[in-house]
Amino acid sequence: MATPDREGPFREAAFRDPARASAMSGAIAKAVSALGRSPVTVMHVCGSHEQAIAKYGLRAVLPRELHVIMGPGCPVCVTDAPEVDEGVALALQGAHVATYGDMLRVPGSSLSLADAQAEGARVHLVYSVDQAVGLARRIRGEVVFFATGFETTAVATAAAVSRGVPSNFSILCAHKYIPPAMDVVAGIPGSKVEGFLAAGHAATITGWSVFEPFVARHRLPVVVAGFEPLDILAALLRAVERIRAGSPRVDNVYPRCVTKDGNRRAQEAMWRVFERADGRWRGIGEVPGGSLRLREAFGGLDARRRFAIDATGLPARTPRPDAAQCLCGAIMSGIASPGDCPLYADACTPEHPVGACMVSSEGTCRIWHEYGGHPDLGDIT
Amino acid sequence: MSRVDGPGARIGLTHGAGGRAMRALIEQVCLAGLGAGALDDGIGLQALDDGAAVRAGSGWMVLTTDSHVVKPIFFPGGDIGRLAVCGTVNDLAVMGATERPILTCALIVEEGFPRDDLERVYLSIRTACEEAGAAVAAGDTKVMGRGELDGLVLNTAGVAFCERPVPDAGLSPGDRVLVTGPIGDHGMAVVVARHALALEGDLRSDVAPVNGLVRAALAAGRTSITAMKDPTRSGTSGALHEMARKSRVGIVIDERSVPVRPSVRSAAGLLGLDPLVMACEGRAVIGVSADRADAVLDALRAHPLGRGAACIGRCIGAHAGAVILDTGVGRRLLAEPEGEPLPRIC
Repeated sequence: MATPDREGPFREAAFRDPARASAMSGAIAKAVSALGRSPVTVMHVCGSHEQAIAKYGLRAVLPRELHVIMGPGCPVCVTDAPEVDEGVALALQGAHVATYGDMLRVPGSSLSLADAQAEGARVHLVYSVDQAVGLARRIRGEVVFFATGFETTAVATAAAVSRGVPSNFSILCAHKYIPPAMDVVAGIPGSKVEGFLAAGHAATITGWSVFEPFVARHRLPVVVAGFEPLDILAALLRAVERIRAGSPRVDNVYPRCVTKDGNRRAQEAMWRVFERADGRWRGIGEVPGGSLRLREAFGGLDARRRFAIDATGLPARTPRPDAAQCLCGAIMSGIASPGDCPLYADACTPEHPVGACMVSSEGTCRIWHEYGGHPDLGDIT
Repeated sequence: MSRVDGPGARIGLTHGAGGRAMRALIEQVCLAGLGAGALDDGIGLQALDDGAAVRAGSGWMVLTTDSHVVKPIFFPGGDIGRLAVCGTVNDLAVMGATERPILTCALIVEEGFPRDDLERVYLSIRTACEEAGAAVAAGDTKVMGRGELDGLVLNTAGVAFCERPVPDAGLSPGDRVLVTGPIGDHGMAVVVARHALALEGDLRSDVAPVNGLVRAALAAGRTSITAMKDPTRSGTSGALHEMARKSRVGIVIDERSVPVRPSVRSAAGLLGLDPLVMACEGRAVIGVSADRADAVLDALRAHPLGRGAACIGRCIGAHAGAVILDTGVGRRLLAEPEGEPLPRIC
């Protein structure tokens, strides 16, 4: 992704420069204090943003009044339980189910794919759709690619379909489309979110203009941000400035990768293969236009058409007695943070996860757990 | 803290990985089972330090024991024999006992194990002992049936004497924290060898006896050296967490000062591993009061095994028990390692 710019190749150190970071967090503190109220809440919708914020410890250098929260940005987490059930049922019916590693342990309403694997089902871990296609070329049985993820992985799925796949290959599509979910979250009654950061990698494909209708509808600023510490700080500064000025618009502070119109070829590939549909996101609920499904022309590749998927016969899962306390849904909606959950880091850990947010490496709880949570470290100099 | 893994618990691999789960197991099963067992004077089992220190005449006897299993038995930079000697010598050294370590070495070997390999292992034991000025004074040999054991297990015990034992719990606010060289070499070399990952770059274990190096540090720092620890399982992060918790201080680590070889850094990035949690087998973590930190650092760097020594952090009174990572652009807690670090592959 490191596209060369006019100044030469991408130098990551330049985007982790302590002096610039310190100046930037100082500017953010000033801008927030000029707003004169607390809290000021900015939501990002991307696991990679949360990773970077947590890994570099950026919250410790932000003013306490600025709350940076993660919304529904973990594609694995928002994959709904009935979708997982379909994958499990297919695997137990004898299909080879190929999927990304993070999906393996995500609980369905019955088993997880890992549980199915333990019962003898053939579940394959892949790093790309191409590996799943390769698997289908090598073996005789039916291979179903359990396709999850946002625009970034949807484009890869579409590209593989466009290149052509063997006849024993099909797709169980659980791809999601982010912009409508932002609408849902922004519209939650009592939402405190005053601005959004948008994910730079997805925007590389969609272009930043995709967020203009959102801004017009909700009167909330959107800043497209990259993933280095300075990218994120710059985006937060811009978001706070927009909030203060009361002039919401889309800003692109990731111009080294993102353009207004995005990657047209990728978009064409994606929309040639997929169309938007209404669907459920785990923890969020119904998201109008928030799911992608295969277009009619590719119906032959749709595992839901090719097979009679029967998830009704799956053994009922006895939920852990503490599962009812899990706050994943509220966390993904940005209403709660992992620290609010009574299970976080105690009964719920990456080794014994209760909710999807602790399973996926893109999940808020998992990221917080890995990077030491969110203690107040603002006092250390 | 939660009990060792709920009802009907079995021992899992995490319980041996040097993190929280292992501490829980030791506290709830080993310490509870053995009863108090505290020494009237000195450092006993309850301290869970690198070794024990018992009064002996006007000085102290330091003793430790260690069992060694490693896959593969031969790895880039060393083998199980060298590891056994260095592990024991280093545990004694970071307790302050650096002179003439006396070891025992018990061998448990699986039926069918190649005799040539065993000879290689014993040659390594001898070489490592010569480097450390150590001697194996007693031993034991058992052979187990095929499949009852995976190849080879070595158990070593060691004893050495010193005037003043150095605990891992002696840090005070203001103290500096040093490491004696680049971190994570051993853990990374073994992970890459174990999973047969074809990575470019020279990834070799740092396995070496550090008693000579620690002796040089003690000579330069004397009583200003307040704490030492052997950053083996769970790596530098695990050692720092134990030191912070037992000393009741916060430790602030400057991430950019932590020495990591470029080959280890890039392998770590590729495999999704953090060098801070990868084991070292030829390093020590040393706490020293601020006024003597430079002198100790100079002494370390003058030693062949300490050329890459660095000051990586400082102790504070706030956030007692926590290890805080200053990333240069922000700060966060360093999470305590919980299990065997696994590469993001397989």
